[in-house]
Amino acid sequence: MPETVSLSNPETPRHSAIVRVTHWITVICFFALLLSGAEIVVSHPRFYLGEVGNVNTHPLFTIPIPASRDTVPTGYGYVMPDQNGWSRYLHFQAAWAAVLTGLFYVIWGLVSGHFRKNLIPAPADKTWHACRAVIAKSLRRAPPSEADAHSYNVLQRIAYLVVIFILFPLIIWTGLAMSPAFTSAFPVTVIALGGRQTARTLHFFVSAALLLFVVVHVAMVIQAGFLSRMRAMITGRSAPPAREAVATRPVLSSAVIAKERP
Amino acid sequence: MNPISRRKLITTGLAATAGVAGLSAAAKLSRRYGLIPPDHCGAYGPGETLTYAAQRLLTRNSMAREFSRGMISKSPFANETPPPNDLFKRHQAAGFLDWRLDVNGMVAHPGSFSMSDLKTLPVHSQITEIACEEGWSYIAEWIGTPLSEVLKAAGLSPQARYVAYFSIDKDWWESIDMADALHPQTLLTWGMNDGDLPVGFGGPLRLRVPRQLGYKSVKYITRLTVTDSLKGFGKGLGSASPEAGYAWYAGI
Repeated sequence: MPETVSLSNPETPRHSAIVRVTHWITVICFFALLLSGAEIVVSHPRFYLGEVGNVNTHPLFTIPIPASRDTVPTGYGYVMPDQNGWSRYLHFQAAWAAVLTGLFYVIWGLVSGHFRKNLIPAPADKTWHACRAVIAKSLRRAPPSEADAHSYNVLQRIAYLVVIFILFPLIIWTGLAMSPAFTSAFPVTVIALGGRQTARTLHFFVSAALLLFVVVHVAMVIQAGFLSRMRAMITGRSAPPAREAVATRPVLSSAVIAKERP
Repeated sequence: MNPISRRKLITTGLAATAGVAGLSAAAKLSRRYGLIPPDHCGAYGPGETLTYAAQRLLTRNSMAREFSRGMISKSPFANETPPPNDLFKRHQAAGFLDWRLDVNGMVAHPGSFSMSDLKTLPVHSQITEIACEEGWSYIAEWIGTPLSEVLKAAGLSPQARYVAYFSIDKDWWESIDMADALHPQTLLTWGMNDGDLPVGFGGPLRLRVPRQLGYKSVKYITRLTVTDSLKGFGKGLGSASPEAGYAWYAGI
């Protein structure tokens, strides 16, 4: 199998240069968007459903923090400094960088077969048994096998596919649905969501889901071995050459590995 | 040198040349078609330029969403305004009867419109949403005179590229490009929900720009200046918003 040959070759990078560069650009964009998005929320930490909502209407929920506007009743006798100017500039600039990077990555992923080869789970892995095996192994805090250093397990694959093909499109859509100019040309983008304020509330929840993914992702990286995984995503090498030479066992798929375990 | 690396060298060189030529052509075309916002300099210039250029290519003539009468907000929020100056207080005491709108710059007949002059021009009403950059919004019926009618009456010059508009509060001014200035929904608004426009909502005269966020809809308008360049206005960034750190284009 060609995969076996390439995996046993220590010169083959664990992650291709395109994966590594787009990954780190996305990391920078994500934190810029998270910080600036949080600052924008501070100016009005109330969320609504439907088309309209303001301090004279009932919120769906309120985040119990002081606001950066004294027009918002928060119960705190304190108004945070206004950071919306640079936050908005940064938010949209980082959004452009993230969207252009994401577009490039998705087109490359489709053309190069990256999604097919590395992210779509193998048919044998798409079973509860395979998923349970991954979870059980993680809960046992078992050290990562050599296979994990060369290939994603089925739960990783599903998580990455959900982020790339569900959460990212949703965060872009709900963001654009708040743009008065964009929705003037494409009104269905906001009508289909149930209104401007629903779009804003969904944007908040999707960003919370992305943050949850990042927290779990970083926790898993730490569990799997922070230095080796960081080395793989920065230099492309999964392990120092000395250890690489040991990894000569042919690896077929994570399902095979899972079945080998009692 | 082997042939593969020579080929690589040639293709890389060609690609780089094409890239540089493409970028400079794009810059030239962008300037020509008005795709560069006045606040394009600085760290956030690239994002701002991409946003404005994309919107001008996609949404130049699109219409802001309009709503049914039943969707009008029962409790709209007026937002805070800076404390009114003495001049505004005198106008308010006189019932705004002497409120005037000066129109100057690149027009054939510079002059001033009284409120009743404005009302003799074609009147338009629309039920649109106003959304603040903070996140809140409400829907109201806005009644007024389209800015395009006032510009037509004043004899708009074909060289005009922007309309700057000024509040009675000296620090509060904005500008829009001609795509928004001549847009049929851009309204010099003097009525709201079948009554006069209340002071809290910008009465007696507010410029409503419904395809942009609320901060472009400046309250208490007293002057319009038509121009082909925003360089001479304030710090040359287009409006008071970029001077305070906010984007000039707020259609996002």
